[in-house]
Amino acid sequence: MGTTDNQLPLWEVFIQSKSGTPHKHAGSIHASDKNMALENARDIYTRRGEGRNIWVVLSDQIAASKTEDEAEFFDPADDKVYRHPTFYKVPEGVKHM
Amino acid sequence: MKTPEEKLNHFNAYIESEEKIEPKDWMPDDYRKTMIRQLSQHAHSEVIGMQPEGNWVLRAPSLRAKKILLAKIQDEGGHGLYLYSAAETLGISRDEMIAQLHSGKAKYSSIFNYPALTWADIGAIGWLVDGAAIVNQISLQRTSYGPYSRAMVRICKEESFHQRQGYEIMTTMMHGTAEQKEMAQDAMNRWWWPSLMMFGPPDNESAHTKQSMQWKIKRESNDVLRQRFIDKTVDQAHFIGLTVPDKNMTFNESTQHWDISAIDWEEFKQVINGNGPCNHKRLSHHIKVHNEGKWVREAALAFSKNQQKNNKILFTNS
Amino acid sequence: MNTKQALYNYCLRLADNNLIAGQRLAEWCSNGPILEEDLAMTNFGLDYLGQAEFHYDYAAELEGKNRSGDDIAFTRSERQYYNCLLLEQPNGDFAQSMMKMFLYSAFAKLFLEALTHSQDERLAALAAKGIKEIKYHFRHSSEWIIRFGNGTEESQQRSQHALNEMWPYTADMFDMNEIDQELISLGIAIDLNNLNASWLLSVNEILNAANLVVIENQHMYKGGYKGNHTEHLGHLLCEMQYLQRAHPGATW
Repeated sequence: MGTTDNQLPLWEVFIQSKSGTPHKHAGSIHASDKNMALENARDIYTRRGEGRNIWVVLSDQIAASKTEDEAEFFDPADDKVYRHPTFYKVPEGVKHM
Repeated sequence: MKTPEEKLNHFNAYIESEEKIEPKDWMPDDYRKTMIRQLSQHAHSEVIGMQPEGNWVLRAPSLRAKKILLAKIQDEGGHGLYLYSAAETLGISRDEMIAQLHSGKAKYSSIFNYPALTWADIGAIGWLVDGAAIVNQISLQRTSYGPYSRAMVRICKEESFHQRQGYEIMTTMMHGTAEQKEMAQDAMNRWWWPSLMMFGPPDNESAHTKQSMQWKIKRESNDVLRQRFIDKTVDQAHFIGLTVPDKNMTFNESTQHWDISAIDWEEFKQVINGNGPCNHKRLSHHIKVHNEGKWVREAALAFSKNQQKNNKILFTNS
Repeated sequence: MNTKQALYNYCLRLADNNLIAGQRLAEWCSNGPILEEDLAMTNFGLDYLGQAEFHYDYAAELEGKNRSGDDIAFTRSERQYYNCLLLEQPNGDFAQSMMKMFLYSAFAKLFLEALTHSQDERLAALAAKGIKEIKYHFRHSSEWIIRFGNGTEESQQRSQHALNEMWPYTADMFDMNEIDQELISLGIAIDLNNLNASWLLSVNEILNAANLVVIENQHMYKGGYKGNHTEHLGHLLCEMQYLQRAHPGATW
């Protein structure tokens, strides 16, 4: 995860508003462990009582399919949910990246 | 495989048909750059905006006022968070965005470079500043980038009470003591013109507008949004006995709009370029807090690494 | 002192604790170590202020002088506030603020649980309302204490320092006088002696997990419920009461 001082890892948040309904993607938060992630998700995304249950997942743990555009290519490295620079570990000492 | 030209045509057609662009879709570099700039600056604005209001929360004149203001500040921080969240889908980290804010590379809304001098300022900020923001934000709900549009829908749902809170403060003061009335009018005098400037330069001088409109990032022009705000707000001001600090403002019967005097765009330029009353204070506060919090973020990271290393569950109720 | 006066006084303690806790947390606005935490602390501040408002309204009724909750909250002077000393301590760094919240919420959650059985229906209902929130404060702050203790050397030092600074104010939370005795006999108030052992257990569990040590034989400060405060309260009140004092009688 890049630099020594960062804003903590990125997690995606899914909220289930009522029982019987699916969890819906609400956005993301930063946290260092899952307890913090759950609490932050609750504080940020259910302040007005919108949530019955919350899932949090580290963003880099999500595998996403390709868009229609790129269907011709099979590129296993491109299964990350976002084009996010901090997902990719760069060896220490490498400059300008 | 599509050629670059085919990709661009497909992208433009997509936008034309009001489809949303999502994070993994191909997009022109300029679209990505513009979106990152707009999203991150919008996020920074929300966060910086917590400062002038935080300045008065400790001195709020009643329990109800204190609670409402605290909730409003919390909403703003939350909105900043949603927007950083949306920006991160474009390949920039929050770390980088904060570094850009600190270096001056990224800006935030000029309005927050004005000081909240009295309690009436809190009323003016809620009514005028949030009022202006709402006009802009309702329009942005239809922006072409999916995550931004969804963030704006969420934000708009939460925003309605902010303006009511501000207007309620002004109304109460205008029905209060002579000192309260004077304080309210004084705040009006200081916040009116800066609020109008929030909509940005006039259409014919706005460099970014044309491209932004083509890509449906921006849905309506600066002048259109500004006029909408003016028409709404002048009536609200008059209703509670406040004078709009514009001697030559007149109601145009044929257009059914309020015609205002010329805005002092020199002031706007000065403030945007760092010479407003609070620019230095706002930014140095943010930098200071960021640095003071470093040990906390480092501790949290070290803890999670230790946990993983030792495979220990240290939280007793997880 | 008759029962109603005693109850009024007791209610003020609860109200003042909530108000001072809320005020100190509000100081963290735009000052948090990370945006998410800024919001968490504002959230907690709102919890306490919400509870404060309920208790001041009740206090105003008990007082019976036709004053509002706001009048009572904002127009008393230093010696007339009955919050515990721990809550009026300055925020210091994030470790100190979390330590304050941790030590207080560990007490408050036991206290509120007991208070839900109070013979005074209003206090019991308000206690029931506040429990879920206080448990969350305890969870949040104790998790931070554990992170500090198992994080970096700096976080360990800061949290140990915070513990050293805040511990001497903890005995005050359990202090009682004749008002307590009167109300305990009526089944309204809680015998705080009964909470001490559980509180220690709860607190030590977390401190041990965080490798933090309580310095033995520290002098303990007391006097909150008697209005014998530390010098910090005066400044807090000064700021908090400014508009009410500058515009007496004005409606906001």
